[in-house]
Amino acid sequence: MSIDNTPIHPDLDFDTPAAQRLRKIRAFKDKLAGVGIAFGGISVIVAILLIFFYLLYEVAPLFQSAEIHPWQEQDRQVEPYAVPGEGNTLYLTMEEQAEIGLRVTDEAILTFFDTRSGAVIKSEKLALPEGATVTSFALASEASRILALGLSNGQALVIKHNYKSTYPDGKRVISPELAWPMGEEPIQVSDTPLTLLAINGDEENWSLIGGDNQHLKQTSISLTENLFSGEVEAEAERSELPYLNINARKILLMPDNRWMMISGAEGKIAVVDMQAEGGPKATQLIKGSSGEITSFNLLLGGNSVLVGDNKGQMSQWFLVRDENQNWQLSKIRSFASGSNPINSLSTEHRRKGFVTVDDSGMLRMYSTTANRNSLSHSIASGAVDNAVLSPRSNALLVEKDGQLALWKIDNEHPEISWSALWSKVWYEGYEEPEFIWQSSASTNDFEPKYSLMPLAFGTLKAAFYAMLLATPLAICGAIYTAYFMVPSLRRKVKPFIELMEALPTVILGFLAGLWLAPFMETNLAGIFLTLLLVPVSIVTFAFIWAQLPNKVRYLIPEGWDAILLIPVVVCSTLFSFEIAPLFEQLIFGGDMRYWVANEVGIPFDQRNALVVGIAMGFAIIPTIFSITEDAIFAVPKHLSYGSLALGATPWQTLVRVVMPTASPGIFSAVMIGMGRAVGETMIVLMATGNTPIMDVNIFEGMRTLAANIAVEMPESEVGSTHYRILFLAAFVLFMFTFVVNTLAETIRQHLRKKYGSL
Amino acid sequence: MRISFKEWTKSGAPWVWLNAGAVAISMIMVVGLLILIAVRGLGHFWPADLVQATYSENGQQMKLVGELVNSEDVPADQLRDSGVDVPEGAEFMQRNLIKVGNRDVGGSDFIWVLDDFISQSSKPEMLFAAERREWGNFYGYLRSVKQDGELVASYDGYEKTAEYEVLWQDFQSRIERALVLHEQIKDIEKGDIGSINYELERIRLKERALQLKEITDQARYQELDARRAELNADYEVLQKDLTDLYTAFNRDSITAEVADGRIVEIEISKIVRAFLPNDMGLGAKIAHYAEKIVEFMTDDPREANTEGGIFPAIFGTVMMVLLMSVMVTPFGVVAAVYLREYAKQGFVTRLIRIAVNNLAGVPSIVYGVFGLGFFVYFLGGHIDDALFPEAKPAPTFGTPGLLWASLTLALLTVPVVIVATEEGLSRIPRAVREGSLALGATKAETLWKVVLPMASPAMMTGVILAIARAAGEVAPLMLVGVVKLAPSLPLDMNYPFLHLDQKFMHLGFHIYDVGFQSPNVEAARPLVYATALLLVAVIAMLNLSAIAIRNHLREKYKALEM
Repeated sequence: MSIDNTPIHPDLDFDTPAAQRLRKIRAFKDKLAGVGIAFGGISVIVAILLIFFYLLYEVAPLFQSAEIHPWQEQDRQVEPYAVPGEGNTLYLTMEEQAEIGLRVTDEAILTFFDTRSGAVIKSEKLALPEGATVTSFALASEASRILALGLSNGQALVIKHNYKSTYPDGKRVISPELAWPMGEEPIQVSDTPLTLLAINGDEENWSLIGGDNQHLKQTSISLTENLFSGEVEAEAERSELPYLNINARKILLMPDNRWMMISGAEGKIAVVDMQAEGGPKATQLIKGSSGEITSFNLLLGGNSVLVGDNKGQMSQWFLVRDENQNWQLSKIRSFASGSNPINSLSTEHRRKGFVTVDDSGMLRMYSTTANRNSLSHSIASGAVDNAVLSPRSNALLVEKDGQLALWKIDNEHPEISWSALWSKVWYEGYEEPEFIWQSSASTNDFEPKYSLMPLAFGTLKAAFYAMLLATPLAICGAIYTAYFMVPSLRRKVKPFIELMEALPTVILGFLAGLWLAPFMETNLAGIFLTLLLVPVSIVTFAFIWAQLPNKVRYLIPEGWDAILLIPVVVCSTLFSFEIAPLFEQLIFGGDMRYWVANEVGIPFDQRNALVVGIAMGFAIIPTIFSITEDAIFAVPKHLSYGSLALGATPWQTLVRVVMPTASPGIFSAVMIGMGRAVGETMIVLMATGNTPIMDVNIFEGMRTLAANIAVEMPESEVGSTHYRILFLAAFVLFMFTFVVNTLAETIRQHLRKKYGSL
Repeated sequence: MRISFKEWTKSGAPWVWLNAGAVAISMIMVVGLLILIAVRGLGHFWPADLVQATYSENGQQMKLVGELVNSEDVPADQLRDSGVDVPEGAEFMQRNLIKVGNRDVGGSDFIWVLDDFISQSSKPEMLFAAERREWGNFYGYLRSVKQDGELVASYDGYEKTAEYEVLWQDFQSRIERALVLHEQIKDIEKGDIGSINYELERIRLKERALQLKEITDQARYQELDARRAELNADYEVLQKDLTDLYTAFNRDSITAEVADGRIVEIEISKIVRAFLPNDMGLGAKIAHYAEKIVEFMTDDPREANTEGGIFPAIFGTVMMVLLMSVMVTPFGVVAAVYLREYAKQGFVTRLIRIAVNNLAGVPSIVYGVFGLGFFVYFLGGHIDDALFPEAKPAPTFGTPGLLWASLTLALLTVPVVIVATEEGLSRIPRAVREGSLALGATKAETLWKVVLPMASPAMMTGVILAIARAAGEVAPLMLVGVVKLAPSLPLDMNYPFLHLDQKFMHLGFHIYDVGFQSPNVEAARPLVYATALLLVAVIAMLNLSAIAIRNHLREKYKALEM
């Protein structure tokens, strides 16, 4: 008998081709799902990380240093070429696109040339009076394109160079031309040869000052346009200036036609007030340098004087009003530079910046506001004759030994430096260094003030007042809810308060701005009285409650006290507002708001930090409440039972046992609440006046980083310095909240681990 | 039970009570806020009585007609300082804010008056209020009705008579007629002419595209020209219809006597609704109230958003939130599934989890800045370069719009969905998963057929919370797409129907804009309260449903864990 050892095959065959195929398909699907999900998941996470990197990407150019290269035209470097035109260069400049250069020489020849090749486009020799030669040169400002030539017969020629763009065949052609804003006739400035000359003014009123070391004379010209013919008529008026024995080298006139600066030998600078009572008078004679002044120019806007000397020192000066209301030319800042004499200086046409070239051929680019040297680069092996910037500051034309070389400059954001953002800066027209945020103004020569300090301060101020209200309320509330309240009530109260968190902040902001702010203005005393009376009445009520017979007290079971207190709080609040007028009459003479503003002398804004504190406090209460409540509730019950069993009162147990255990959780709750307060936008936007002031005063407003972004972002030009600074503000907010939240989260996880082991 | 104060303090009871007080204060604040919004928001639509009174201040007399809006107490000293002749001995005076309307006649809608100086106050039944398309409300006595400038009927008294009744009915029927015509005009202007203009613009773009591609085939240009001629012909016809309608629309006018006795003429085409508030019974008032609420919810705004409805804002908000949830749900769920089910649990996943949690706390304005920089200028700019070169230099997607707003908010809310879904996934007992795997299901099958269905309520919770957050967020939207007044809805009958590149209106931004940027804040305020109430109601409802779903979910798993 043989035993059949073959196993019994079940009816099912798992290896039919169909089943195998199905298995393969399923395995494939599984793989596909795995890959798909991994891809999707990772891409979402990457997208989130992208925020960080994108913000950084937009901010980074702010801190890049400038670059300079020889100009490239169609992939070929532009080689230096011979200087076009005859004579010695008096002035060199370029038009907007840096395609055409202009050279003014002492032979009264104005040559327009192609900056790439040196080819002459147009050359004009000015008709000089018989026997006269050019003895001096003056420029009103780079932006005005108005210049003056002083002649040996005491006359001056005022010329303006203009450019017209036309597009024949879709290609841009720029044609230069000369204009005579004050007529083609030479203007008589003085009777001696003009070795010194200055010109400045606005649209209508111009002033020319000229002469030699002994005599300086002023000619005022007012231009009026004839309504009918459209012709410009000039009226001139002449006056004599006082004699200053400082061996004048160069004179500068400020655009308001009031102040004249004279640089003399041995580093001396004289300041002349042209509109002083009783005629022009020198108000100041100071030493601007310990050596000899080699460069003496006005910065964009004409409010600052740049002084460079033969010891290589660069400094910025402007007029500052002292205690006696006198204007004093003061040294504002000096710039880091080498020790070689500075022999060429050119100011930027659109920004508060300039470039210098010293005797060793070292080029340095500066921004005055930021006090930043954004570039140092050797462009020649020795002193250059001239180095000038194009209007967009993207090209530099350098003249050396009869050759011109064109350079390309990349210098997008010179006005930003660490100190410009976070330290006090002495801005033009201010009496001392200050923190100021003022990103735009109506004029072109405005100095942008990008100090983030007032904004950061405002952010922290708003957050501070909000925390002041929210922290005690939320933590105390959470303690009671988690530890004393009956569970049935807790289950209702907690979601209710958490619902507050979902309340759109725009609604809180709107109520704060349109209801609370005016309400508070009229009921200021009531608000403060409430803050005082509510706690007092709670404690009083509690004490009276404790005195009641047990029969009454047991009607309300333990843990329902909060409900009992609702009418108390409501009544005491109403009572506070009811007696507030009386209280005001007694103490504040009728109106607390007036009293604060006039008697105490604290400025009072309707939309102030107190309003923001209450509204934003309201917004962050639920955040802090919820996390604190969780932390306290999560403290293992056996810890408190142990304490209670040993005879401690519930309060002692809470303070000595529960709170220490939960304290890291509470800390993290406060941190997260603070993170929220710092980043909140709508409430501060609507409930503060959005004025960037730095003052801790509770009755004044502020401007926060977030609100500032909301206000200014839509108007800022893409890629501009302002735009990037707003990105920087966003980045600062991002990093702040990220760090604070990470810290809080780590603490919370740590806490969770600790409880797990208990 | 008597207890001494010292003993009582020692027991710590006062502290416990103060803590209880904190809870009470928090709750009162929430309830108070909700009541404040509700009362102010709902009260706005109730027809207020019109008061006629004589007001005399510093010897000057003035007749007033209007509704009482607000009153407050002012210290008498303050009034004396400002030169008001206040009776001796008075410490406080009641000051009333009266809405006098008639901005075209008197200059301002609102005036402050001192209660003590008001005399002969009455509520004449004949005073009527008219809501207009411009210049705000009108209050006065109806004097005559005119048709084509010719008198149809008139009435001169102040008593309610049958004659007056007839005049009033005539007035009402003429308003009805004008409203019907207005509807027709709007249909033609917005609907028919709107789509003709839209198509003309598309033809222009097509032509430009052909030029850019340097196509010289004249047939294709002619095709476009033919269609353009056709459209222009249609337009001519419509324009003629419109002229006729406008003539009919502007046919009627009324004259009315205002508070100071002057007679003013108003075109009926400017009137939306006229009623006699002092003559209304409770039933009529309730009907009026209901009508106003319906108008508020379904109509377009009037008068720089300070009157009329907020329908475009509701529509824009819903549209944006829907688009956002379509984007956020799959991505949020996939990321959560990856983190919980697929990724190797370790340091990196912990780090990612912390990062995701934190992102929920990053200020929303930062997302707005990112959205503007990355989505609008970077992505949008490149899309325009690649797909819409014909529209240049006008941007198509390179400007804030619906798509970018939804995308920005999706990014803002994705952490919410991830966290909620992950929590749901972590609550599913291991045994369920292992059971499925033991039966031979692959990981993907387990996920698809077992895990995800069980976690679906959690996902729902996440999505609802995300929607609630997105609906209330305003700060980032200000940068990436909302406007105060959108000319058309982002969804209409013109191809491609859903206009992702359009800007839209939003409830939250509407509150900010009307409340703070409006020229006539006082008049706009009640409407802002009503809008706020609507927004709060929507968000509270969403949150409550999320909480309900979460509780339901917990119950369900309790049963599983047994």
